[in-house]
Amino acid sequence: MPPVKTERDLRLDLFRGIALWLIFLDHIPSNAVSWITIRNYGFSDATEIFVFISGYTAAFVYGRAMQANGLVVAGARILKRAWQIYIAHIFLFAIYLAEIGYVSQTFDNPLYSEEMGILNFMQHPDITIMQAMLLKFKPVNMDVLPLYIVLLLGFTPALWLLLRAPTIALASSALLYVLMWQFDWSVPAYPDGTWAFNPFAWQLLFVFGAWCALGGAKRLSYWINSPVVLAAAIAYLLFAFFIAMTWYIPKLGIYVPHVVSDTIYPIDKANLDVLRIAHFLSLAVVTVRLVPRDWQALKSPIFRPAIICGQHSLEVFCLGVFLSFAGHFVFTEISDRLPVQIAVSFAGIAIMVGAAMLVSWYRRIERGGSGPRPPAQMPGLVGGDA
Amino acid sequence: MRALALVALALLLGQTAARAEVPGVCGVASNLVDSDFGLALTAKAIAKKTLTIVVIGAGSSTLPGADAKAYPARLQAALTTQLPGVEVKVHADVKPGRTASESIKPIISELAALHPALIVWQAGTVDAMRSVDLDEFSAALDKGIDAAHAAGSDVVLINAQYSPRTESIIALGTYADNMRWVALRHDIPLFDRYSIMKLWGELGTFDFTTATKKLDMAEHVHDCIGQLLAELVVSAAKSFMAPPPGVR
Repeated sequence: MPPVKTERDLRLDLFRGIALWLIFLDHIPSNAVSWITIRNYGFSDATEIFVFISGYTAAFVYGRAMQANGLVVAGARILKRAWQIYIAHIFLFAIYLAEIGYVSQTFDNPLYSEEMGILNFMQHPDITIMQAMLLKFKPVNMDVLPLYIVLLLGFTPALWLLLRAPTIALASSALLYVLMWQFDWSVPAYPDGTWAFNPFAWQLLFVFGAWCALGGAKRLSYWINSPVVLAAAIAYLLFAFFIAMTWYIPKLGIYVPHVVSDTIYPIDKANLDVLRIAHFLSLAVVTVRLVPRDWQALKSPIFRPAIICGQHSLEVFCLGVFLSFAGHFVFTEISDRLPVQIAVSFAGIAIMVGAAMLVSWYRRIERGGSGPRPPAQMPGLVGGDA
Repeated sequence: MRALALVALALLLGQTAARAEVPGVCGVASNLVDSDFGLALTAKAIAKKTLTIVVIGAGSSTLPGADAKAYPARLQAALTTQLPGVEVKVHADVKPGRTASESIKPIISELAALHPALIVWQAGTVDAMRSVDLDEFSAALDKGIDAAHAAGSDVVLINAQYSPRTESIIALGTYADNMRWVALRHDIPLFDRYSIMKLWGELGTFDFTTATKKLDMAEHVHDCIGQLLAELVVSAAKSFMAPPPGVR
């Protein structure tokens, strides 16, 4: 069993924090500021970053717990985490219900007779609430948490295997991904359709993150540092960028040969399309080059806000979902002029950072109250979550 | 925001091509009406002086209690004006709550009954509301488009309406993306109703957040959609007016 590294890689917190900001910006409908987010410039988006880093940090935190305290204790901690996320999901669902109730009470317009039909499900709140508690009802923009819950539920055996036979564990994960494509495995949703993020597909990125945390990154370093791989990654990013541009400027579409468009479309987000994985990996290769692990600037105050958000991802994610509802409320009730959109976006991020600092402070005083922990045992955990 | 980006990019690329201007307030969205892919069979029908169009759609293709003011009827009026001497008939086969896959049957029967030169297919809203599987959604679009092409009809797709009040409840995004890709794959025009209405919202042309029971704003919007759609149909057909024959 290889020892789990003890020093937390600040880049993970930084990029998870940034991913949380991007997810927030993308979640406010019709937000002009969201043009800066990466989903507009390629195939993958902040979700890939979030899931990969979550897998990485989960392995980092629980891997150590499993080595120190055994399978049962680590498994129990993982389940506790899954439970916390479940509670967070139900909390967000309550806010969502309030939002829908408000819209159905206050809005009516013959132009939208069709769209208002969505509110019909309020006629059966019993069923809807039950289905939401079973994670089958999928409110808009709240799909990441159910995915995260399921990934954690399956993580104990995966971690056990990753610590013993990392290659076999990763291969099994890839096999599951392939079988999912082959047999169309998915999780049914209520009232129709399937989960927006198919856990059979997205587990691959989570497990890959965990695999990297447990020594895989080191094994990949030859490839990551190869100029050929870097060149291929850059070429692929440029290709994805061009394709993404054809979505916004249809005139460019004529330069895309039919062979290409027939092959790439549709780019399946629910099932984590291979094109999306490749795009995420290319981004990762380039990023790792640009931002070395020991880069001094990572400790500078400029990156502190993003890093601290990344260290409290659950709280910040939930707050982000709530803030995106609130931001949308401001747009429809008060104003959706461009300056307001920019102000709402920045205010939201500022609130996320403030909340993360508050959570961090709470952790410190709680820890202080229960006696200081020996720093050698859990240095990476200070202020950090899986 | 996509609309905004589109406008900005269009300006950057200097592709603010001159067009037959749609008069009045709706004209501000003219440059979002794009027609890179031509409509060969429609052009042929225009040359023969009878143009039959079938609109297949769901609730957002109707106005409750005022179908004569809904965009299919306005499309017919606008085309009649723009194509003097051509007998234009727009037949609307619309039903609230209809998904893309539920539209295939009516498409096939309308093709057999009316032999339209063009099918205008509005989709996306109901599928998004019911969160229909995306694969199923695009497969249904493929099927309908193939059926129309096999029967000798052009197809124009129309995506969902921009509806700011329900945006945080109905996730249109991925369905709109898929429609765009389907249109690109089949080389058919997409009438980007979403971006057009979004632009109107941003420019203050219409206020889509007002709660009202009155129809006047809805009628005005449908009239504009009908006019812009007519502009798209005519300009897409025009690229075939002096024909390199048998193209597609």
